[in-house]
Amino acid sequence: MGWETWLIGTISRALAYGTPLLLGTLGEIYAERSGVLNLGVEGMMIMGAFTAFATAYTTGDPWLGLLVAAAVGGGFSLIHAFVSITLRANQIVSGLALTMLGLGLAGVLGRGWEGKPLEAALPTITVPYLSGIPGLGPSLFVEQNGLVYLAAGLAVVLWFVLYKTRIGISIRAVGEDPATADAMGVNVFRTRYLCVLLGGLLAGLGGGYLSVAYRPAWTEGMTAGMGWIVIALTIFAFWNPLLGLVGAYFFGALYHLSYRLQPWTSPELLKAMPYVFAILVLVLVARGTLKRRMSAPAALCEPYVRGEE
Amino acid sequence: MAERLEMRGIVKRFPGVVANDGVDFSAKAGEIHALLGENGAGKTTLMRILYGIYQPDEGEIYLDGRAIRVRSPAEALSLGIGMVHQHFRLVPTLSVEENVVLGLRGGLSPFPNLRRVREKLREIARDYGLEVNPQAKLFELSVGEQQRVEILKALYRQVRILIMDEPTSVLTPQEVERLFSTLRSLVEAGLTVIFITHKLDEVLEVSDRVTVLRKGKVVATLPTGEADKAMLARLMVGREVVFRLDKGPTKRGEKLLEVRDLRALNDRGLPAIRGLSFDLFGGEILGVAGVAGNGQKELVEVLTGLRRATAGRVLFFGKDLTNRSPSEIAAAGVAHIPEERLRRGLVPEMSVAENLVLKGYRLPPFSRGLFLNQRAIISHAKEAISAYQIMTPSPNSPAKLLSGGNIQRLILARELSGSPRLIIAAHPTYGLDVGATEQIRGLLLKQRELGAGVLLISEDLEEIMGLSDRILVLFAGQAMGLMEAEEAAREELGLLMAGAGSRTRKESSEG
Amino acid sequence: MIEKRPTPSGGLVFLTSALAILAALVVAGLFFWAYGASPLHAYRLILQGALGSKLGLAETVRRAIPLLLCGVGLALAFRALFWNIGAEGQLLLGAVAATWVALFSKLPEPLLIPMMLVLGFLAGAIWALIPALLKARLGINDVITTLMMNYIAMYLVLYLIHGPWKGPQMRGFAYTDFFPKAAWLPLIPGTRIHWLTLILGLLAALGVYLLIARTKQGFEIRVIGENPEAARFAGMSYTRTVLIVMALSGGLAGLAGVGEVGGVHHLLRQPEQISLGYGYTAIIVAWLARRNPLAVILTALLLGVIMAGGDVIKASLGLPFQLVNMFNGLILAFLISGEILMRYRFSFKSRRREWAGRLG
Repeated sequence: MGWETWLIGTISRALAYGTPLLLGTLGEIYAERSGVLNLGVEGMMIMGAFTAFATAYTTGDPWLGLLVAAAVGGGFSLIHAFVSITLRANQIVSGLALTMLGLGLAGVLGRGWEGKPLEAALPTITVPYLSGIPGLGPSLFVEQNGLVYLAAGLAVVLWFVLYKTRIGISIRAVGEDPATADAMGVNVFRTRYLCVLLGGLLAGLGGGYLSVAYRPAWTEGMTAGMGWIVIALTIFAFWNPLLGLVGAYFFGALYHLSYRLQPWTSPELLKAMPYVFAILVLVLVARGTLKRRMSAPAALCEPYVRGEE
Repeated sequence: MAERLEMRGIVKRFPGVVANDGVDFSAKAGEIHALLGENGAGKTTLMRILYGIYQPDEGEIYLDGRAIRVRSPAEALSLGIGMVHQHFRLVPTLSVEENVVLGLRGGLSPFPNLRRVREKLREIARDYGLEVNPQAKLFELSVGEQQRVEILKALYRQVRILIMDEPTSVLTPQEVERLFSTLRSLVEAGLTVIFITHKLDEVLEVSDRVTVLRKGKVVATLPTGEADKAMLARLMVGREVVFRLDKGPTKRGEKLLEVRDLRALNDRGLPAIRGLSFDLFGGEILGVAGVAGNGQKELVEVLTGLRRATAGRVLFFGKDLTNRSPSEIAAAGVAHIPEERLRRGLVPEMSVAENLVLKGYRLPPFSRGLFLNQRAIISHAKEAISAYQIMTPSPNSPAKLLSGGNIQRLILARELSGSPRLIIAAHPTYGLDVGATEQIRGLLLKQRELGAGVLLISEDLEEIMGLSDRILVLFAGQAMGLMEAEEAAREELGLLMAGAGSRTRKESSEG
Repeated sequence: MIEKRPTPSGGLVFLTSALAILAALVVAGLFFWAYGASPLHAYRLILQGALGSKLGLAETVRRAIPLLLCGVGLALAFRALFWNIGAEGQLLLGAVAATWVALFSKLPEPLLIPMMLVLGFLAGAIWALIPALLKARLGINDVITTLMMNYIAMYLVLYLIHGPWKGPQMRGFAYTDFFPKAAWLPLIPGTRIHWLTLILGLLAALGVYLLIARTKQGFEIRVIGENPEAARFAGMSYTRTVLIVMALSGGLAGLAGVGEVGGVHHLLRQPEQISLGYGYTAIIVAWLARRNPLAVILTALLLGVIMAGGDVIKASLGLPFQLVNMFNGLILAFLISGEILMRYRFSFKSRRREWAGRLG
């Protein structure tokens, strides 16, 4: 096998595996930017994976499956939003509860669905013309899922919204300094609810992608820690959607390479890299001006109560 | 000229305090109106009512002759009233222009035309001397620049009345000059500026009219041209008779504390104590008078080990205690009655008994080896509760159940146990009722009788004059004067506290 | 305003916790019902299975051992306001260290078990000290680091069992070889209760309780956990306290790992088989016990019943074990939602007290 084929394959698989990571990360970036840490990503993703599969299997329509997955993810995230924003309970514990709940519920509901073949998998597309571009064409545009492009496009859109629109300014202000945002007339609660909801929709969608597109089948625990990679990626990307795109494909490539490089290095050690990187990034930005510029939103994990300074 | 703004008969009560007691206040278009008064006189409360943060209990507000109700800051802004707070309302990670558009409704488009915002900001900045890079992130700016952003934010929203709450307290002298010229150009353009301050020089330098508040009431409103410094000082601090506490003659003991050329920075990294020297003797109370924010907080923190001195020395019985840890300083015999009682002085969830040994727990009899001696802690608590008359259901009740006076009694009981040689008391009676105040003052006097030295920091001039043997006046981190309390006149103190007489602050700003 | 929540009475705390569990039972009951099993019947089966027979009771206790060890450590860390979400990883590190002692240390047989315990404790402690140092020195968020360390530990175990430690006798399976018999923790005959670790867990609960309630160090832990600013004012060292707390917290989780590989599996295998999420479940254990190490003994047993109950319903009703995970998530969600109710009930009074506190 020539190195060219090898590279094309790697990039192609990096996009495929990176896409659910990207979807989850984009959502988590928005939630955290508004000041809400949601550790329930794994739970929302697995629920998305199961419901997408079940819907697609029953109706034969994978797109409907994805829609249901997003809705279920969104619904799950509202539990977290209610508990942590309205009830002002601890965000960490609430998120962990959501993950346990999701993993458990998907496991319970999904029993009996295992091993069924999904005929109505999401069709792959080969983009005409573009796929013919020498070099990158075959890796980017041959037999990819539409969702891959959707996710990439979404990253750009969400980056634009976050940095270039009033909504984005409000979101960043709410996550950084909710009291000031409130004083300036921004509705802190609504902003946070919507951001958490977006996080849930995207996590559900990412989970759905896994079971109807990436590997069209349902197995219990099939997200296999992807939700936690999302948490790591959010940090690795400095809470920036475009860097999230880069990071997701980078981790996607790492994941793929962990199998391809098996003769030379241990796949397990490569798979641990996302988590190591997340810690290293935090150490890197712990000091100096970088801290202000690149670190977590200042009000992350802090419930907002009007009138408390 | 007609009044643009009129506030009539404003009354605002807080539990236990009448912050505004029938205040009449008015301001014209095109004037800088200074609102002068000591801390706690009710200046900020009055302006927060105007800005919609508080609702008045009584009284009316008229804008251009029409009665208005201001229910929220957003409503104030829509009426053309803006306020620049002492603590800026700015998001540090957003850029200047983003801070300006935050919360603005811009029609239907979700995309703020930041280029147009930038142009308009440049225009405003040029007109009023408010230059600042619109794309800079807030945390990259100096305090003076941040203040300019706050003003820009208000001007961008087209306010006609701009309230500035103690705007100079965080600025360097050069920045103060610049701010004043901005304010002058604003009123030339027809705006009304209300300038809250307690500094006489500033009133005289920048304002057109001045209203003096004392204890929630208006004492006078007059054109600045008719006022002078001595007169304003008298109006501000009043002429009440200083009540003398029953206190014995000074029996000055040996020198306890020697502070030499001490320097330290505040939280923002600006010089807060700038070459301070003084001595404190056993058996005396040295009162530190001064308006808040002139280095008192930093002085206390340096002396107790909570803040680093950047230069100078602190000697205690001749032993160098500069920049030692809080526990070393406490062990040397320095007690600290902290300013922020609830935040620093107490662990609310823990019991009264445990709070009483928050510092002593390391030493016998409260601990033996690695373990605490519960019995000693409880019996100590029982003694302290009766000796200091702390009202608590039991020694085991959580400290947060105590009232303010009892919390302070608890803190005094803790800090005075183990017979400290030096007691640093920061605002020891602030916010307490009469009974508790009297008791705490009595306790400090008793320590003086016993030969301890007391460094008393207070904004209450009567307390300073009544308790102290000598008075040190602090202004802008420097000693404005040190005098025998017997000889101190109220007006003179007021002038010194306001930095009057010499412009020390400016002359030594490079030092 | 520093603290708006006065301590609710013990009875109220107990009531809220009980209500949270009850609510979780009701919701989970709907699932039994949906699967065609009467909830009451299912719960009776669980109780009988987990508590009614000697064997069931023994399984409950076996499950409770790692929950107890991890839970006590977490209760301690939470007391100092350190968010140790990393008991899972610390447990795995303990298992790794024990495996090394058992298979590769070449120590004389009688020394194996003591060294497994010592090194297991140390390995867990060191794993926990990394996030502790990062927080104390650089102010890095403890939740994220402890979480990430879990996954690094997980992949470390996977690497070892697929790579250098893969057992030659295991015919290609990703396990290490079995430990020599001398490295097997002794069991109570007829059960799988590795009593040595159980006793260590009980001693740890008592010891940590005494540490918190009776010692100078414990006093500092409580002050730092309740009001770090007051601790600084009183001259207490945050760094030292956090390091001590996390060394103990991680060490105890490490011991739990020693117990699982030395007492149950006798080899190192897939991380999710070693642990079953004990490190995460222990968060519920510690939270339910309101950070009281002695109460952890009870709550660990309670969660042990739930886990053993999961085995029962799987065996006798054919329902998935994942019900346990779901149930745990429900308890936790109801538990923290219940806390706000306690706060609300008291907030009016405390606000008035706040004014009193400020104005005398």
